[in-house]
Parts: sequence; C-alpha cells; structure tokens
Amino acid sequence: MDGRDVAVTINGVRVRVPEGTMILQAARTAGYEIPSLCFHPDLRPNGTCGMCVVEIEGVGVRRSCCTPAGDGMDIRTNTPRVMDTRRTLIELILADHAADCPICDKHGKCDLQRIGQDLGIREIRMAPKEVFSRRSDGGIVLRDPNKCILCNRCVTVCTEVQGVANLTRIGRGYTSKIGTAFDLPIEDSVCVNCGQCVVYCPVGALSSRDDTREVRRSLADPGKHVVVQEAPAIRAALGEEFGLSPGAVVSGKMHAALRKLGFDRVFDTNFAADVCILEEGTEVVRRILSGSPDLPVITSCSPGWIKFMETFYPGLRSLVSSAKSPQQMFGALAKTYYPREAGLKPEDIVSVSVMPCTAKKFEADRPEMRSSGFKDVDYVLTTRELARMIKESGLRFEDLADAPADELMGSYTGAATIFGATGGVMEAALRTAYHLVTGRELENVDILPVRGMEGVKEAVVPLPLPDGGTLDLKVAVAHGLGNARRILDVIRNQLETTGRSEYHFVEIMACPGGCVGGGGQPFGSTLGTRAERGSGLYEEDRTLPSRKSHENPAVQRLYETFLGSPCSEKAHHLLHTAYVERERVHGRAAG
Amino acid sequence: MIPLMHVILDVGAEAEQAGARKFREVLEAKLRKEFLSEDVRIVESANLGVSGQGVCMLVYPDEVYYGNLKLSDADRIVDQHFINGKPVEELFLDSPEMRRLMAWRRREGIIKKGRGRVVLDNVGAVDPENLAEYKSRDGFRALAEAVRGGTPEGVLDTVKRSGLRGRGGAGFPTGMKWEAVREAPGDRKYVICNADEGEPGTFKDRIILEGDPFRVLEAMALAGYATGAEEGYVYVRGEYRTSIDRLENAIRKSREAGYLGRNILGSPFSFEVRVKEGAGAYICGEETALIESLEGKRGTPRLKPPYPVTEGLWGRPTVVNNVETLANVPPILRNGADWFRKFGTERSPGTKIYLIIGHVVSPGLVEVETTTSLRELIYGYGGGIRGRRRLKAVQVGGSSGGIFDPSVLDEAMHFDALKEKGGILGSGSMLVMDETTCIVDMVHGILNFFLHESCGACFPCRIGNERLVRTVNGFRSGSARPSDIDLLEEIASAMKVASYCALGQSPFLPLSTAIRYFREEFEEHVNGKCRAGVCRFKVLKERQEARRWTVVMSR
Amino acid sequence: MTTSQIIRSLEPTQDNLLAILHRVQDANPANFLDQPELREVADYLELPYSFVYGVATFYSMFSVKPRGRHVVRVCASPPCHLMGGRTIRDELREYLGVEFGDTTEDGLFTLELSSCLGTCGIAPAMMIDGEIFGNLDGVRLREILDRKRREEP
Ligand SMILES: Cc1cc2nc3c(=O)[nH]c(=O)nc-3n(C[C@H](O)[C@H](O)[C@H](O)COP(=O)(O)O)c2cc1C
Ligand code: SF4
Ligand code: SF4
Ligand code: SF4
Ligand code: SF4
Ligand code: SF4
Ligand code: SF4
Ligand code: SF4
Ligand code: FES
Ligand code: FES
Ligand code: FES
Repeated sequence: MDGRDVAVTINGVRVRVPEGTMILQAARTAGYEIPSLCFHPDLRPNGTCGMCVVEIEGVGVRRSCCTPAGDGMDIRTNTPRVMDTRRTLIELILADHAADCPICDKHGKCDLQRIGQDLGIREIRMAPKEVFSRRSDGGIVLRDPNKCILCNRCVTVCTEVQGVANLTRIGRGYTSKIGTAFDLPIEDSVCVNCGQCVVYCPVGALSSRDDTREVRRSLADPGKHVVVQEAPAIRAALGEEFGLSPGAVVSGKMHAALRKLGFDRVFDTNFAADVCILEEGTEVVRRILSGSPDLPVITSCSPGWIKFMETFYPGLRSLVSSAKSPQQMFGALAKTYYPREAGLKPEDIVSVSVMPCTAKKFEADRPEMRSSGFKDVDYVLTTRELARMIKESGLRFEDLADAPADELMGSYTGAATIFGATGGVMEAALRTAYHLVTGRELENVDILPVRGMEGVKEAVVPLPLPDGGTLDLKVAVAHGLGNARRILDVIRNQLETTGRSEYHFVEIMACPGGCVGGGGQPFGSTLGTRAERGSGLYEEDRTLPSRKSHENPAVQRLYETFLGSPCSEKAHHLLHTAYVERERVHGRAAG
Repeated sequence: MIPLMHVILDVGAEAEQAGARKFREVLEAKLRKEFLSEDVRIVESANLGVSGQGVCMLVYPDEVYYGNLKLSDADRIVDQHFINGKPVEELFLDSPEMRRLMAWRRREGIIKKGRGRVVLDNVGAVDPENLAEYKSRDGFRALAEAVRGGTPEGVLDTVKRSGLRGRGGAGFPTGMKWEAVREAPGDRKYVICNADEGEPGTFKDRIILEGDPFRVLEAMALAGYATGAEEGYVYVRGEYRTSIDRLENAIRKSREAGYLGRNILGSPFSFEVRVKEGAGAYICGEETALIESLEGKRGTPRLKPPYPVTEGLWGRPTVVNNVETLANVPPILRNGADWFRKFGTERSPGTKIYLIIGHVVSPGLVEVETTTSLRELIYGYGGGIRGRRRLKAVQVGGSSGGIFDPSVLDEAMHFDALKEKGGILGSGSMLVMDETTCIVDMVHGILNFFLHESCGACFPCRIGNERLVRTVNGFRSGSARPSDIDLLEEIASAMKVASYCALGQSPFLPLSTAIRYFREEFEEHVNGKCRAGVCRFKVLKERQEARRWTVVMSR
Repeated sequence: MTTSQIIRSLEPTQDNLLAILHRVQDANPANFLDQPELREVADYLELPYSFVYGVATFYSMFSVKPRGRHVVRVCASPPCHLMGGRTIRDELREYLGVEFGDTTEDGLFTLELSSCLGTCGIAPAMMIDGEIFGNLDGVRLREILDRKRREEP
C-alpha cells in the first residue's frame, strides 16, 4: 500500500493501522484475537470458513480476514450475532469431522481443536456423519479426508506458493474433496513431497509417513549398529516441540537426546554439508573457469526441488550440480568410510537421518541412492518424529546437558550450519569458492545480499582471478518453488534466445525460507518463524570456531585417508548422482 | 414482407415421431394453394412447452395451441382459422383444462391484456432467426439512433431516468450499474448478459432468447455504448441448446448487417458479442462465479468487494445484466423513460415476466405490470388451482423466496413486495401449491436443491445445507425431535450471516417462512403425522434416499 | 475429426476451456472426458492437469467416468418435485433397473439427477441428450425410453 494509515475502532479501542490491513490483523493490534480457520498470514485469504465474521457499524457482517480496515470503521468482534454464528458453525464442522484428537498428528497444534475449546463447545447436538471415507494414501504425504475441513490452504500453498499445482478441489459442493489430477493417490502424482501442504493444513488432515517404529526396532536389535545424522535446520526448530522459541539452537541437547535414545554413533549431517561444499564448490569453479555452456550451476541438495525439476524443467537437468545432497553423501560414507575406519561390517550398519524435510524420505528411497552397495540412508525421520521419540521415551529434553556429536563424521563449520536457511548454501559455497579460485581466504565471510526472506535474491560477487582479473560472479537464490519458477523461466528464456544465461550460480530450495521451513519441521510455521529459525542458524555460524567448509579438519581427514580430492573418481562414485526425466501425471521416471 | 401470422410447429423428438415434418409439408402445400405462403410463416421449435401431444403447433398472434394433429387437419385449420378467423376448438390441445383455459382466456380478453408490452412484444410474433422481421418492428432503431445522433451520456441518462431495475433477482438499478462501469477507470470494459437461468421455476430468459435474440444483442451494444465497453459475452447455461444456436445465428446476421462488429453503422463505436456456454452449475448465475466460469475456471464466487463494476472479467470493469433486464432497454430508448414509467409503480417501473407454475390449471409465463397482484396472477393468468382444489401455499421468487399462505394473495408483485414479510420478488416465479402438498416435503426439496448446487467453497453453505437436509429428513421420516425446528432455524441463520455468497444465505427465507406459516405441520411430523399423506415415515427408506443423493452428487 | 482436431478447433485461451471440454465430450462415444483427452486439453491450454480436472469435475454436464450412449437427466428441483417428480424418479429407477449415477447393463442409458431444466411449465420434466421431455407420467416415460431403445441399430 502507499504507506497511509487508517484509524479504526475495534470493540471501542481506537487503533491506527496501515491502509490495506485486514480487520483480523487490525484487531490483533487492538488486543483482540478473532477465531479463524481458513486464514493463514502467509497465504492469500480465501474467506471460506466464515469463522472470522465481525460486525461493522452501518455496514453489517463482514469476514475480517479478507475485509480491509477502512478509515473510521466501528468494528465489533464479539456481538451476540457473530458469536452465536461461530458457535453454530463450529458445531456444524465438528459434527462433520472425525474428531479423534488423542490419536491425531495435529493434537495441540490444531486450529479446530483450539477454537472448539476456546468457544467452550461442550455438546454437539447433531448426529455425527455416519459414513466417513476411508483414508487411502500410502507414500510420504498422507491424507485423512475424514479430518479435512476443505479450507483449501493446501491447494493454495501447493499451487500459488510452490507452483506444483498437484492439489486441486475435485467435484462440487458437499461431496467435493481435495485431490490430485485424475484423483490419483498422492504417491502416484507429481507431488514433490515438500510437505508444505502438511505444514499449512490447520487440522490433522495431512500428515507425513511415520518411520519411528522401524528406527525403534533397529535400535533394539543388538546385531545392528545404528548411526544417526541430523540436518542443519533441525537444531533451530526442535526446541519448539519442547516449549522453546523458534530459532533457539539446541545442537547440544539434540546430540545428547539421540545418544540417550540408543543410537550407537551420533554424527551430524553438517559434516556432510561441509563435504558437499567441497564437491559442489569444486564443480562450480571448474564449470565457470572452463567456460562450460552448462551455466548457471544450480544447487542440488533439496530433493523437493530435484523432483520438481525432473518433472517440470527436465530440460535444465544438465545445469544442476551432480553433487548429492548432504544427507545422501553422509549415507554413502556411513556405509563405506565409517565401517572401514571403525572396523565394522557395512551390512550391520543402519543409517538413520533426522531431517526437517519430508522429501528426504523420498530421496533416501530413490534407486540411485545405493552407491555404498546398500541403501545409503535406511530411515529418515522428521523433526517432529524425533520430538515424538524423545517424548515417547520420557526424556526431559529441557534438562539434558549439551553434548557434542561424535568425532569422525560429527564436527562441522559455520558454513555447514547455515545450509538450513535460504541463501546458506550459496554463502557457504562462495566462502570456499573464493579459496578455491584465489588460494586465499575470504576476510569477511558474511555475504548479506543472499540472506533474508526475499523470494528471489540476486547478487554480483567479484572474484579475483589468478591472472589478476576479476570475475563478476552473478548469483541468484530462490526459495519456495513458485519463486524458483520465476528465476528458472528467466534462465530458460535466456538459454533459448541467446544460448547463454547471465547467471553463474543459482541456489534453489523447495521450501519457503529453506530447510528451516521444511515440511518435517514442528507445526506452526509461518514466514516469521522460518526467519527466526534462520537467524538461529546464522547465530550458530558466528559462534563456531571455523566458518568455512574447507577448514573442517574431519573433512580434510576424509579426503586425505579415503576420497583423495574433491571430485575424484571415488568421490564421484559415492557423492555424485544423475537425474531422470519424469512424466507429468504420475511423476514416475519416464522411459 | 412481414407475415400476418406465425405458426410455431413443434419439431421436438416426439412431435417428429408423430409426423411433424409430414404435417409441415401438407400445411405448406395448403398455404401455397391459398396464396398464404407469405402471410403465414412456419417456424420450427424444438420445445413448444407442451409434451406428449403428438403433432402440436402454436398459432400467433392468437396464442392458440393445437395438438394431436392429423394430416387432414391442416386444411381445416387453414380454412376455418387462418382464413375465416375462427379457431378450430375441437383441435385445441386435448386436455380439458387447456380447453377451459382457452375458452376463458378468449372470454376475458386476457390474451390481449396479457400480451407483453415491453419485453415479450416480439416473442412469437417474429421469426427469431430473421433480422428483417426484427427490424420491421423497430429493431435496432435505438442502437442506430444512439450511434448516429445520440451520445453515451444520453443513453445512460435515459436508462437511469427510466428507473429500470435488474430482473436477475436483486432488483439493482440498472442505470446506476452502468454509470459505475462508465466511471470506473480502465481502457477495456465488458458487458455480460447473464443467461445462466437456473432458478427453479424460471424459464423467462429462455423464452426471450429463443423468441427474440436480436433484441438482447441490441441491448448489449447499447450497454457497451453507454459504458465504454467494446466487447460483450452472453453466458448461456449449457442446457439451453436452442438459445445458443439462435444467439449464434443472430450475432452472425447482425454483424453482416453492421449492427455489431467494427464501426457499427459507420460510427466510431465498435462492439463484438460472443456466446459462452455453461456446463451445468446453478451457482454460475451468481455474477462473480459466472465471471470465473467464463474465464475457464471452476465456478466459485469471488470475494466482494471488489465488485464486477470495477474489477470483473479479467479484472476489468464489467456490466453484468440479466436477459430480461437487457430486453427492456431497446424499447425504453425508443419510447423514452417517461413511457416506461407509465407502467408499474414508482419504485418498480415497467412490467415483469411472472412464471406461474405448480398446481395451476395453466402453467406458464405472462408479462404484466408490476402492479399486478398475486391473486390475479394465480387465478387470472394461471387459470386457478387445478382440479378445483384449494390453494395452500405459494413460494414467491424462486427457490430462495419465501413460502406464504394465502393471506398474501392481494399483494402487488413489485420489487419491494412482501418486504416486511421477509419476501423477495426474485426471478418472478410463483410456485403454487394446493392442499395435497406437504410443506415439510417441499422444504426438503428446496433444501436438496441448494445442497446439490452449493459450490462447496465455503463452510457454512457446504456443511450447513447438508445438515439442513439431514435434519428435515428427520421430519419426513418421523425421527425428528421437537427441538429440531429451532435447530433448522439456527443453522439457516448462521448460514445467512456467514455464507460467502447469496446461495448459502438463501435457505433461510424459505425455511423460516415455512416454519412461520406452517409450524403446525412441522410439529405434526415430529409426532409421525403428515396431513397431506406424502411422508410415509419409513425411516430406513429415507436414509437410503439420503445416501443416494450423496452417491449421485459424488459422481 | 480426431480429438486433437476438435481440441484445436478453438483458440488456446483459457476462457475456451469449457467449450473445448463440451466438444470433446460430445465426440466421446462413452459421453465422458477420459484422461488422455483431459491431458491433451491441458497441454494445449498450458494449464496444470489438476486444474483441468478440477474444472471438469465441477460442472454437472461433464463426466470423468464413462456413461451410457444416452444420458437421462431427470429434474429433481422443487417445481418438478411438486408435480410428481418423485414418482417419475422412482419409475425411472425401476424401469431402467439402475440407481442415479449408474449406467444400464446394455450401456444405453445413464441415469442422472438434474436441477431445474428451465422447462417447469411442463413439469415434471427430463432431458435426454439435450432434448426435453415434459408432462411426464409412468406411461409416457416408458414410451419414450422404449422408443430410444428401438432407435438403436
Ligand atoms: C446463487 C445465485 C444465482 C443467480 N442466478 C442468476 C441467474 O441465473 N440469472 C441472472 O440473471 N442472475 C442470477 N443471479 C443474480 C446475479 O448475481 C446478478 O445479480 C444479476 O445477473 C445482475 O443482473 P441484473 O442487475 O440485470 O438483475 C444469481 C445470483 C445468485 C446469488
Ligand atoms: S484435526 Fe484437530 S480436531 Fe480433528 S482430530 Fe485432529 S486435533 Fe482433533
Ligand atoms: S481430552 Fe477429553 S476427549 Fe480427549 S482423550 Fe481426554 S477425555 Fe477423551
Ligand atoms: S507435498 Fe508439496 S508438492 Fe506435494 S502436494 Fe503437498 S504442497 Fe504439493
Ligand atoms: S487437507 Fe488440510 S489444508 Fe487441505 S483443505 Fe483439508 S483441512 Fe485444509
Ligand atoms: S538440504 Fe536441507 S535438509 Fe538437506 S542438509 Fe541441507 S539443510 Fe539439511
Ligand atoms: S528445502 Fe529443505 S526441507 Fe524443503 S524439500 Fe528441500 S531439502 Fe527438504
Ligand atoms: S455460499 Fe455456497 S455457493 Fe456461495 S460460495 Fe459458499 S459454498 Fe459456494
Ligand atoms: S478466517 Fe476469515 S473466513 Fe476463514
Ligand atoms: S548439494 Fe552441495 S551445496 Fe547443494
Ligand atoms: S423444476 Fe424441473 S424443469 Fe424447472
């Protein structure tokens, strides 16, 4: 808006808000919450639930989530009329809903449950719906239509934020439902498994596959040696499940908890993230300096993005770095390098990862991800699943003493930890690329233009070349696949028209905010909490002894004793991969 | 040469089967023999509004229906009726009620009085596929005058002064709407004719489109001229095949003759019209859902504001007007606002097409002044209640309208009629129910309609309608509790407050009026009594029925 | 015309989606929109498959499931209901031996419910493949359906 303010009165309280502010948010300024089900601050309001109705003097009843506050409005949020309406509505919804809260994934984080409580509904005067549809999906993103309130948030996020448009409303009226094209099961669709729909669902209608049972079984099996890795973004969000605020970094407690859960070795994905930088950084530098036509190099560590690319932009496959994601690099090393060093048999090792991400479950299951000769990562848990295991085991997380990760594949640099935030991979890679190109160390490692929640960030980074010249490295960072589409369309267009793109290096993360906003993170993500988690990671970066991947001694040791050099043949075999083209109905690999 | 008489021959499947084509040949031969070929024009219609009566035809301007015709009847009709002016009563549609009605109509001179004076004056009197006939009745004169000597302001001013109100249900002043579009910023604007007519009990727009399509095009061009729009769309419901064909034909002929297209009649004004067809969704009659559908999307209503007058089709200022509304425009411009205001009341000037259906002797439609009372409509034009039964209730205004008892019979049916009783004029449909009707059962039918047609976007309407139907089913099946009467009203009023568009707000009126006027019947049903004997209280059977609906709707 | 030609007979703009779907469905011998057809329409208009599927399932005249050669749509709106619509619905079910939404075994008829067809003056009414039949009663109903049957080659 043009920066003007409007004055409104809400329940007698006068407030000034910027023009264009919706009444729902203006009311918050005045100290009043208005119940809402379909509204989410990150999404375009669709005004479908009707819970947020308020009365405006002289105008009548309006939906506060999608009615802008107008100058001089006299608004009442709690008149008998709107309160009665909300209560009847909630009763209607609950009578139409399989309310089995104690066994629901969203329990305690569910908007419907909370509003039912807040409104003091103690009786449903209507008979429950007799025939509930059965849940149908296997796969990673799970649906329970019996709990779906048809708020359409998932459709909006999948279509408008993620640009995948896998979900749609099917049919009309009371029997309409959420589904995919041709009503295929989600696991047999173009879903990229980003899990954003799960995150934005206000109730428990969407959830993700639970793998804790298998992990528990492995932990209990004396014949198995179970190692675990945890992604960067976990540590800035896990605490939320235990009452800490978003962005509180809990690396130490996390390592301690995992050890208490019985993992034989508690390593850290961050170690692999540092490896990843060396591999990918080397690839970037080589491609740029050799004048390869395959530019820009696009990052490859987000499996949501990879499946998206394989489905919707298969023509750009050659641009994407061949480096695997840190999770899979770790997995490949956990069943080769680690058993060699520890004197174990690879077949006895169970490799578990804890990820902020639902797509990582898909990635670990890809047929390509078996370069150790075994399934490189056996089980992927989300942040939420780890929190549940901790709670189930009765661990008092808050009281745990900080502990470090195990040596060998556990130490990490600040560059690795910022992987979890949008722009982090780019920043980490630039810190090392500078060293690779110039042989010198970057003085100021904070590359601010690639940080922050702007959808597409661009920067020009001058790199001094050995011959005395300077290469103006043009980089771009996109998070959220809708934003990715924007930059990809530019690149594709440049390639089609001129044969070259002006960009050298592009980071794409499937989820808004990067992995801190992943589909496996604690519920309640907004762009705000995502940013706070990101800040937590940048905070940890600042406090770590080393902030550049190539300075990680454990990584240096890995290359010296096992891999040789970055992008060596062995490294290529274990740490790099190739992509497929996918067909646009089922998302299966074509051909 | 303009014919003196029109024969509208039914060529629907059944009539065809009964030999309609052959009959036409014989009739044509006879007309040739009598040198009447130019005076009597035969027009084919796939749907004459009668059914199961063999070869049928309707003769205009006398409005006489013949049915079950044999080939030999052609000569007789021509000799006796066309030449000597004496309709052949024995051949009138073979139903005692129809005969009685015909006789009564002639006696009372109803035909003349009831003939449309503003909107329907061409319907049945001109060949809807023939531009020359339309022109011969002053067709396109208003447009020609406007683009040659008039100004957009002049057109707008006349429409405003006429006091014309929208016939699509809400009665919004048309001039104000046009003015808002005219004043809205934007280089491209649109005119949409809403021909999605889906309101149960309503078929007036179809009659206009099938009978006088050129008039609608002329009106759209005038709307474009007045508002600064150069493109128009007619959104026709997919079921109206004949209307779509007639419109396409009329557009083609109007373009060829320079009444549509670039530089109309050599003036700087250009206007194009395209036809868009719906695909079976009542909600697409709601103007913003219509716009979504026209853009090729699911027909889900948009958030308002913004309203179409500022952000409509493709985000541009858009006039959306009902067919009947538009059909009023050319005569208003030809005859002036004062002429128009001579009809009807001060606040509802003009005439209105009323649909009189249900348990009346002669269901159909009539265009009369808005001063006409419900009694005249039912007992005059509708021929009274069939089978000498007593009137029990009437639902005024379509499915969203109130259900009243006979105490409202003397109300005049203008736009603000029944307002203090909570009623609306809506589409002008009058659904007449005699004493064999069970009000609870009717309410169930009405609610089922809303359930079936809810777009499902918003919670109150989606879940509320299902719950209403389910609760009313309790009354029909004898499983309702006394408190369910209040529950019905509670749900409907929450829907009224919180539904996103008018469809979800609609059940309130029929339901609350039914309860107000016929509460006793609801109470009787709780105790397992249906005074009309319609509900048989077989709990199980009704359950099955309810499920069937769900199955059907989920397709 | 092949399906591709039918699809391409209109400009590839989104506002032609409904019109294209109508044409494609009319040309489909089983009276419905099958998956390859919907995909081709979506590709032609550059729309996501899910979007086109969402549209195709919104409108009651479209079907994404195969239907019989004739689609019988009987009006279930209040005016027809009042004039004996319920009996007509029962008779239809009984005579065709199928429930609403289903197709007769011989593949001839699919029975559907419809909202008001705009012919309430001749209630109760039904529509078979775009053609209206009104003033229905049990006898006429059978006659009409029998005739349709006989017309089949
Ligand atoms: C559920 C619903 C259905 C409607 N159906 C129609 C319709 O079939 N035809 C129509 O002209 N208006 C219909 N309307 C009204 C339109 O939204 C709009 O008010 C009208 O087309 C404006 O034209 P008018 O000003 O000429 O009346 C409907 C409204 C609602 C809420
Ligand atoms: S979705 Fe919410 S209300 Fe429903 S069962 Fe889960 S927690 Fe309870
Ligand atoms: S909260 Fe209430 S409903 Fe839920 S488990 Fe406890 S007692 Fe049962
Ligand atoms: S996981 Fe992502 S791609 Fe899949 S349906 Fe959900 S939002 Fe869409
Ligand atoms: S699945 Fe969740 S987000 Fe999607 S419509 Fe249902 S309740 Fe809303
Ligand atoms: S891509 Fe995301 S999940 Fe994977 S290592 Fe990086 S930050 Fe962690
Ligand atoms: S951005 Fe991170 S959390 Fe999201 S899909 Fe990619 S790897 Fe997973
Ligand atoms: S009120 Fe009904 S028809 Fe209107 S938007 Fe809501 S669900 Fe759709
Ligand atoms: S929160 Fe406003 S309508 Fe749902
Ligand atoms: S895979 Fe190494 S930086 Fe992305
Ligand atoms: S109610 Fe059946 S056709 Fe109108």
